[in-house]
Amino acid sequence: MAEAPDNRAGSTGQEGSVATDPALPPTAVDDAVRDAEDRKWTPGKIALWAAISLLGGVAWFMLAIVRGETVNAIWFVFASVCTYLIGYRFYSKVIERFITRPDDRRATPAEYKADGKDYVRTDRNVLFGHHFAAIAGAGPLVGPVIAAQMGYLPGTIWIIVGVVLAGAVQDYLVMFFSMRRGGRSLGQMAREELGVIGGTAALIATLLIMVIIVAILALVVVNALGESPWGVFSVGMTIPIALFMGVYLRYLRPGKVMEVSIIGFVLLMAAIIGGGIVAETAWGADIFTLDKVTIAWGLIVYGFIAAILPVWLLLAPRDYLSTFMKIGVIVMLALAIIVVRPEINVPAFSEFAGRENGPVFPGALFPFLFVTIACGALSGFHALISSGTTPKLVEKERQTRYIGYGGMLMESFVAIMALVAAISIDRGLYFAMNAPAALTGGTVETAATWVNSLGLAGVNISPELLSETARNVGEQSVVSRTGGAPTLAVGLAHIMQQFIGGTAMMSFWYHFAIMFEALFILTAVDAGTRVARFMLQDSIGNFVPKFKEASWRPGAWLCTAIMVGAWGAVLLMGVTDPLGGINTLFPLFGIANQLLAAIALSVCLAIVAKRGTFKYLWIVALPLAFAAVVTITASYQKIFSPTPAVGYFANNAAFSKALADGKTEFGTAKTVTAMEAVVRNTAIQGWLSVIFVVLSIIVIATAVLATIKAFRTRGAGTATDNEDPARPSRVFAPAGPVPTAAERELLAEWEKVPANLRFERAGHH
Amino acid sequence: MGAGLAVLSNGFRGFARYLSGVLGADAYAKYLEHHRSCGHSGPPLTEREFWRDRTDRQDANPQGRCC
Repeated sequence: MAEAPDNRAGSTGQEGSVATDPALPPTAVDDAVRDAEDRKWTPGKIALWAAISLLGGVAWFMLAIVRGETVNAIWFVFASVCTYLIGYRFYSKVIERFITRPDDRRATPAEYKADGKDYVRTDRNVLFGHHFAAIAGAGPLVGPVIAAQMGYLPGTIWIIVGVVLAGAVQDYLVMFFSMRRGGRSLGQMAREELGVIGGTAALIATLLIMVIIVAILALVVVNALGESPWGVFSVGMTIPIALFMGVYLRYLRPGKVMEVSIIGFVLLMAAIIGGGIVAETAWGADIFTLDKVTIAWGLIVYGFIAAILPVWLLLAPRDYLSTFMKIGVIVMLALAIIVVRPEINVPAFSEFAGRENGPVFPGALFPFLFVTIACGALSGFHALISSGTTPKLVEKERQTRYIGYGGMLMESFVAIMALVAAISIDRGLYFAMNAPAALTGGTVETAATWVNSLGLAGVNISPELLSETARNVGEQSVVSRTGGAPTLAVGLAHIMQQFIGGTAMMSFWYHFAIMFEALFILTAVDAGTRVARFMLQDSIGNFVPKFKEASWRPGAWLCTAIMVGAWGAVLLMGVTDPLGGINTLFPLFGIANQLLAAIALSVCLAIVAKRGTFKYLWIVALPLAFAAVVTITASYQKIFSPTPAVGYFANNAAFSKALADGKTEFGTAKTVTAMEAVVRNTAIQGWLSVIFVVLSIIVIATAVLATIKAFRTRGAGTATDNEDPARPSRVFAPAGPVPTAAERELLAEWEKVPANLRFERAGHH
Repeated sequence: MGAGLAVLSNGFRGFARYLSGVLGADAYAKYLEHHRSCGHSGPPLTEREFWRDRTDRQDANPQGRCC
């Protein structure tokens, strides 16, 4: 029946179209009908889009042009949401029309490979939430906070414009191409499209990048929990809670996911409240006040055990909790910002926007702002999620625009809200919290003096404000709590207490925020270690086949130990770094993430070229060029900059020379051991930068070569197509969140089809 | 009043269903549906077996979570 002509769907002449079953209603809205619907501008539609454009324009005007004392947070919401809507409605449709060219007559892997387990057709709105929960984590909550050093405008522009032109484009394309390839991973696609050299470079780069990303996420948790008995207790309690949930789901009531998630959530709240009580007691403060090095070691041991324990015991239940929290937190944050509408007194461009010696992160606005904010604008890590899992669940090809592009817009919105929360706090407080202890001196008095000496407009902070803030949020100190998470938590507590509970609730909201960030990060650490271990096992397996067996314990354990050892070493390096780990390592995190984006976009570039789309290649080339320029410039500066604060090797040389001169303290390092640590750390960080950038250049070069080759041989029909063969679809579902008129009509037709005819699959066992 | 309550309860139920879908709580139901519609000869896995199999397969095939 697959050979029967498909007259009803009017598919003639469409590239790659397949003939669908004539006994069924069309599986796609007729192209002409959809085009007509798209192009028909009713007065209502015109008015709506004019209103959206106008509101967005006014919001951007308020943010970018008007220079008042303060700016209201609601303008951030309007500027971002209106821009997202316009980007989604217009730009993503351009991509759909000219680059991806989805065909709903083709079955998706979820249909033709349906197994009821991994390949399952999933309702588009549910999958949107599912995909969003998988891509959004602590990243968009941390980067924008750190980048706020430059003022609010550079970060806001990059998050909003970056996502529309780069981040969402990457997510959408990777998801679509992976879907056309049966849900293949980014690594497999790189190998197929770029050949052995490009593919291998992409694999090694991905593995190293994962190590860095896991290490720095872990560093954020360590910094948030250091000297915080409340935080240590409540975050520590997530482990027994998850174990309990795991056992509950495995043995007591299998499959009752919702039920156990609610129980877990209640326990989690109890752990936060209990943490406050425990931290008040003498014994509680005694046991749970841990220094950063101890917490880092705890996290390393935890990371190893968590990655070798079976998934059902720890990872799966915590994943449920994490998803539950993610959706709850984001809805809550959005509501709070819209209801409270805090006034922002941070300038659009701060004094540090034009300099390269900012205390939070060093380096000039270009390129370092663009690597500091990765998640939320352009995150290469998403390519690993957008390929693989989600494409196996997509019901119809056209839905990838909504899920891939739209899902990333949603993450960008989270980043904007995190930025708003972070800049709603006092600016002096922001710098006292985010500068390393080497600068602030660590006490409220020294920190206040230091902040006031920066000469920032309108900043005059008193030691009392610092101690009062610490008291309000239930911490011993807020000075030099770097890493972004504590700042966001203070900002969130500040906003939420105006919404619910007042000052008395601030400490709860603060630890609630720390809890969810830690939860997201622990899940990412655990899952990241597992994925990295798996990749390592697979690579070693090419030489020692035994390693490919996932169930072979010694191999799995050895590879887990290697991966944990690798990120653990970077983590310890960051924790003990006298310069403050976030300050030196966060740029590396951003560079790594953006390089992964460059790799993903390179693969997309090669695929788009091989499909013969040259006129619109710029849609991929533009974000790729930008990511490549930003990361290569940033890497170059990190490697070659003569300014010690920026260049790893310059710093290395400065400290080596100081040691050779027999100095016992130099810069921020107060002992010889600390100085030696700086020498060692900067060398490792420097060489890591070198390796990253070399591998990425190889990948980008192979992609450009593949593109040129495809251009030369265009029309010859020799381009290899790695897509799975097209198969006719037997189902229909709307493409966007709300069905259009034509889609509703078609849905009504499908309603009339008897169920047995609808889902029958030929040739299935 | 009654109608308003019904709307509210419907809305809440819809939200709960959505959330359980996002969490993946309906995986077994979908598996059964697939099993039925494909005319498998053998009996389907029981709920307990299905969830065991699901997490055990995740052990062998880990999925990333993002930053």
